[in-house]
Amino acid sequence: MKFDTPATTNPIDQLKIIGKPTDRIDGPSKTAGTAPYAYERHDIVANPAHGYVVGSAIAKGRIASIDLTDAKAAAGVLAIVTAENAGKLAKGSLNTASLLGGPEIQHYHQAIAVVVAETFEQARSAAELIRVDYIRAEGAYDLAAAKNSAAKPATDEDPPDTAVGDFAGAFATAPVQFDATYTTPDQAHAMMEPHASMAAWDGDRLTVVTSNQMIAWGARDLATTLGLPRDRVRMISPFIGGGFGGKLFVRADVLLAALGARAAGRPVKVALTRPLIFNNTTHRPATIQRIRIGATRDGRITAIGHEGWSGDLPDGKPETAVNQTRLLYAGANRMTATRLAVLDLPEGNAMRAPGEASGMMALEIAVDEMAEKLGLDPIEFRILNDTQVDPEKPERKFSHRPLVECLRMGADRFGWSKRSAQPGRTRDGRWLTGIGAAAAFRNNVVQKSAARVRLDPRGVVTVETDMTDIGTGSYTIIAQTAAEMMGLPLNKVVVRLGDSTFPVSAGSGGQWGANSSTAGVYAACVKLREAVAQKLGFGSADVVFADGEVRSGNRSAPLAKAAGDSGIVAEDTIEFGDLDKKYQQSTFGAHFVEVGVDAATAEVRIRRMLAVCAAGRILNPKSARSQVIGAMTMGAGAALMEDLVIDERSGFFVNHDLAGYEVPVHADIPHQDVIFLDEVDPISSPMKAKGVGELGICGVGAAIANAIYNATGVRVRDYPITLDKLLDRMPAVG
Amino acid sequence: MPGPGNIEFSRRNLLIVGAASFVTPGAIAAPTAALAQTAAAPPALSKVALNINGKVSELELDTRTTLLDALREHLHLTGTKKGCDHGQCGACTVIVDGRRINSCLTLAVMHAGDKVTTIEGLGTPQNLHPMQSAFVKHDGYQCGYCTPGQICSAVAALDEIKAGIPSHVSADLSASPQATAAELRERMSGNICRCGAYSNIVDAITEVAGRQA
Repeated sequence: MKFDTPATTNPIDQLKIIGKPTDRIDGPSKTAGTAPYAYERHDIVANPAHGYVVGSAIAKGRIASIDLTDAKAAAGVLAIVTAENAGKLAKGSLNTASLLGGPEIQHYHQAIAVVVAETFEQARSAAELIRVDYIRAEGAYDLAAAKNSAAKPATDEDPPDTAVGDFAGAFATAPVQFDATYTTPDQAHAMMEPHASMAAWDGDRLTVVTSNQMIAWGARDLATTLGLPRDRVRMISPFIGGGFGGKLFVRADVLLAALGARAAGRPVKVALTRPLIFNNTTHRPATIQRIRIGATRDGRITAIGHEGWSGDLPDGKPETAVNQTRLLYAGANRMTATRLAVLDLPEGNAMRAPGEASGMMALEIAVDEMAEKLGLDPIEFRILNDTQVDPEKPERKFSHRPLVECLRMGADRFGWSKRSAQPGRTRDGRWLTGIGAAAAFRNNVVQKSAARVRLDPRGVVTVETDMTDIGTGSYTIIAQTAAEMMGLPLNKVVVRLGDSTFPVSAGSGGQWGANSSTAGVYAACVKLREAVAQKLGFGSADVVFADGEVRSGNRSAPLAKAAGDSGIVAEDTIEFGDLDKKYQQSTFGAHFVEVGVDAATAEVRIRRMLAVCAAGRILNPKSARSQVIGAMTMGAGAALMEDLVIDERSGFFVNHDLAGYEVPVHADIPHQDVIFLDEVDPISSPMKAKGVGELGICGVGAAIANAIYNATGVRVRDYPITLDKLLDRMPAVG
Repeated sequence: MPGPGNIEFSRRNLLIVGAASFVTPGAIAAPTAALAQTAAAPPALSKVALNINGKVSELELDTRTTLLDALREHLHLTGTKKGCDHGQCGACTVIVDGRRINSCLTLAVMHAGDKVTTIEGLGTPQNLHPMQSAFVKHDGYQCGYCTPGQICSAVAALDEIKAGIPSHVSADLSASPQATAAELRERMSGNICRCGAYSNIVDAITEVAGRQA
C-alpha cells in the first residue's frame, strides 16, 4: 500500500481497541520470567558451548603477537578465534570499527579474541591466560583539544551547514544578543540486557538468536561480515532487554558467537560482560555546542545560530545536535553548522533521540537564558517565537504543531504561575526549590514496513513481521491494530515478531517503530479484509468487520468461516510517498520540572515532573505513557549524573560498569505525570499516529537545568549538573 | 611524529606497556604460570542439593559457579536475569530464606539446604503472584529484563517493612516503617530499570502494600 495522500476515515478510527490503555499482551510472560531473551534459548540451540570475549587493552596501535598456548591448554577449551585464524571478514555497512580487531586496534576493548569452552567458568578462566603484546600508537581522545581540527562531515543525510537570510548581519545588529557555549558528555545506553547471542551452523547456513532492534539490517550486516549470501543467515530476536540505539547494529557478541561456533563445530553462546560493554560497543558522543540568539527588545527572534562539534573514529558520523534548531523557533536569519573531529575513542553512534536529545539539552537552556535577558517569562518567549511553518522553507507547513497548547496546558497543570521569576528565592526547609520548563521536540520519521497476517479456521489472526519490541509495546499495539481491523477481540490475535523469515518491518529506532510498523500491519489487514470479503462473496464496499463477524448489507458470516480449512494469508507493505517532504512532521511537547537543591551541599533532588505531549494518535496510552516517563528518566540521568569519563592518556571510558557509570535509580525519580493532547495526524500514516518513544527525552534535561537555575541562581552549561559545579557559586546559607 | 610503533619511554608509559602485555581481567605477570597450571587441570566439582521453589535438585557443579549461573545454565530457570554479574544492577535478585540477595554475588555451593525462591516460584503467567499482576496493571516494566529482579525485590522489601526493619530514609528508627513512596524508592534502589519504569513500579508496589496492610 502506498501512502501518498492524507488518510481519510478508515477502520482504525472506530477506536474500539486502538487508543485503549490495554495491558501489554506480553506482560504475564515478562513478569513471570518466562519471556525468553537471547542467551536463554536452550529451546532453539541445545547444548551450546560458552564464548568469552577478550577486549583490547590499548586504544590505538597494533597487536605485535598473541600467545594462546596456555589458554588452548586450559581445561574445557574447544576453540579460540582471533583475527589471525578467523578467516576473511568484511565490515557491515553500519559498523564504523571492525567487530574483531587485530592486528590493527581501533579502540579500547575492541574484541580481539573469543575463547570457547564447555562452560562459562572455563571460558572465562582460559581467557585470562591469553598473552598479548601490543605496540601502542598515539591517539586523540579529547574533543575540546580536537575541536579546531574538526571538519565538515561527509554525509548524505543532514547538511553540515544550513543558512537562511543573513545570520551574521542580523545577529550583529540585534538589540539583544545572547551567545553561549554548552557541553554534553559521552553517554552510555546501559540497557539492562547485555549484548548476547547464540549461534548455530547447519552447513553454510547460520542461525543466530540475538538481541537486536533491526532484524533486516542485522541479518544483512552479519552476512556481509562473514562473506555469506544474505539468505544463509537467519536472525531471531523476539525479546530484547532494552536497546536505546545500542542494539541497532550487529556487535561483537553475534559475530564472535558465529565464528566461535564454526571453529568449535558446535553451537556457541556469547554475552558481552558488563565491564566490556561500555568501551566495546557504541555510545552517544560528547558535544560542544555554541548557540547565538539575536532578538528585538520585545522578544522576537531575528537571528538564531547553532553550531555543534562532536568526535568519532575515522569514517564515523557526527552527533547532529543542531538539527532541531532548524525547525523549532521562528526567525528570519538562521544558521547551523555541524563539525566532526577524529577521535580514537570507542565508536560513537545513535542513542535514544540522537541529535535532538543532546541538542535540546543546550538549546532549551539558551532559550531560558535569553528570556531572562529580555525580561520575559520563558514560556511566553517560546510562544512568541512559535512558527507554524518550516522556518527555512515558509511554504512548507508542519503537519500539525500544537507546541503552544503543550506549553500552556503544562504551565496551567504544573502551577507555573507560582514560580518566582527571581532565582534563589524559594525555600522549603533546607531545600532551595525551583521550577523549570523546556519545549520538547523530535522529528517524526516514517519507514517502509511489511507484515503478513493469517486467518486460521479457529478465527484467530496471526501477525508476523520482523518488527521488534524493545520494551516499547510493539506486541500489544500490533495486536490492537489487527484486532481493530479484523473486528476481533485482542485474545483472537497472535503476534510473532523479531525473525528474519518474517516480512521486513521498520524495526525499532528513531521513534519510527510504532507508527510505521502498525501501518504495515494495517496494510496487510486491508488485503486480508479484501480476501475475506471475496471468499464470502460479499461486496467489499460496505463490508464491516465486527464482533468476530463479517457483515455486508443484511448478510453476515463468522470471520472463521471465511478461513475455510486452509486459512487465508495476506501480506503487504506500507510505503510512504512524499508527504514527509511536503509537510514537516514532528512531535511536540513541554516539560515541567520542580527540583529541590540542598542549600548547604547543593545536592539536587527532582520533586515533580510533568510532560505534555502531542504525538498524533496515541495507540495505547498506557504503553505510550511508559515510553515518555522512561525517556524523562533517561533525560534526568543525562542532566544530573551520566558521564562517561575519559582517560585522556590511554583513551578509554574509565567508569565502564553500572557502579561507575551512574544511571537514575528509584530514589532519583519522583512520581511522573504525562498528558497527551488529543491529536490525530492524517498526514503521518493511516494510523494517524506519530512517534513518541524519544520525544520524552528531548528537552527534559534542560527543564531540570532551568529548574536548578531557578532554585539557586547558578547557571551550569556543562552537563551533567553535579554538585561540584554548583557548590562554589551557591547562595550563602542563611 | 608519533605513529604506530613509536612509543614514548616515559616511566608512566613503560608501566602501561608492561601491564598491557597481559591483557585480560586481573591477570598479572607473576602468577600466570600458576594460573596456567591450575587452568589446565579439570575443574573442581562439588555436589550440591539446591532447594529452588520447593523442589530439590542434585547438581554437580564447578565450584566457581554462581547461584545465578546454576539457576540459568544448569536448571534452566532463566527468569532470573544476568545484567551485570557484579552486584550492581539487581536483575539477578532472588529470595533466599526470606531475604533478597544478588544471586550473581554468591556461589551455588554455598546454598545447600537454603530455600531459594525465584520469579518462577512466585507465580506463572496463568497464575500470577499479586505483585506480578500489579506490575502488569501499572505497566511497571518495559523491556522486561530487570522485571523479575524488581518483583522479587519488591516482595522481599514489603516483608522487610512488615518485619519492622528500618531503612536509610526511616525518620524514626524505633517506629514501625510504613510502605511510603520514599521508603519504597529507597529500598528498591538496588534494582536498576534503564527503561525508566520507576514511577509505575512504585505505584504497583504501593497497591500491593495497601492490600497487605
